[in-house]
Amino acid sequence: MRARPLSPHLTIYRMSRYSLLSSITNRITGVVLSIGLLALIYWLMAVAGSNREYLRAHEILSSGFFKLVYAGLLLAFCYHLVAGIRHLVWDTGHGLERTQAQKSTWIVVTATVVLVAVLGYWLFLAAGRAS
Amino acid sequence: MKSLRSPLGTVAGLGSAKSGVHHWWLQRLTSIALVPLTIWFTVALLSLPTLDHVTVIAWMAQSWTALLLVLLVLVATYHSQLGVRVVVEDYVHNTGSRTLILVLLTFLHAFLAVAGVFAVLKVAFGGAS
Repeated sequence: MRARPLSPHLTIYRMSRYSLLSSITNRITGVVLSIGLLALIYWLMAVAGSNREYLRAHEILSSGFFKLVYAGLLLAFCYHLVAGIRHLVWDTGHGLERTQAQKSTWIVVTATVVLVAVLGYWLFLAAGRAS
Repeated sequence: MKSLRSPLGTVAGLGSAKSGVHHWWLQRLTSIALVPLTIWFTVALLSLPTLDHVTVIAWMAQSWTALLLVLLVLVATYHSQLGVRVVVEDYVHNTGSRTLILVLLTFLHAFLAVAGVFAVLKVAFGGAS
């Protein structure tokens, strides 16, 4: 088959452009959250199971490895939520000018940091309470 | 005006299947729904006094909790399916592996959705102890 023309791919763009970098991060965090979905369903199935099954799942889900996973999921969730809302605003046709997009990238980053700090602190408190 | 479609395309029924924005629109619709659902879930989970089995079951057995959890599971798995599908379509160029990965991911998401809904309903209807 004749090779068809393809649109320029990842390597051709200047990734230092704020909006592009922040847009690809939205994708990456989305994939991370999809993996987190596995943990959520595993937990729900454990809740629906017997006491012993729940205890085993609880032990696995509170291990050190999963604490790292939660940190990653927390970051991914906060970013994907904030950046996703910006994508919804973009879909309405607003904020697409270059200067606006660069400015909103900083808003997204700041809002993500604040959200991570608030939820992270709360998670830390909740973890202390639960153990 | 002369039609822009080729005679062969017209005869073979090729062209728009009127589903061009379907995927795009559902991705937006599910993302809007997920904003309140995920915030509710995070706040509700972090507000639980402990995460032992009895506490979690008592929480999940409440009607509103179960209802919102079922919605969360369905909307989140659908949103995830739509999202990873685009990622695979964009970055996996080999047609064979792309199709295979998409089939497996669709099955996985269907499994996750059914498992999640089943688990929540089982607890809500008093099936867990």
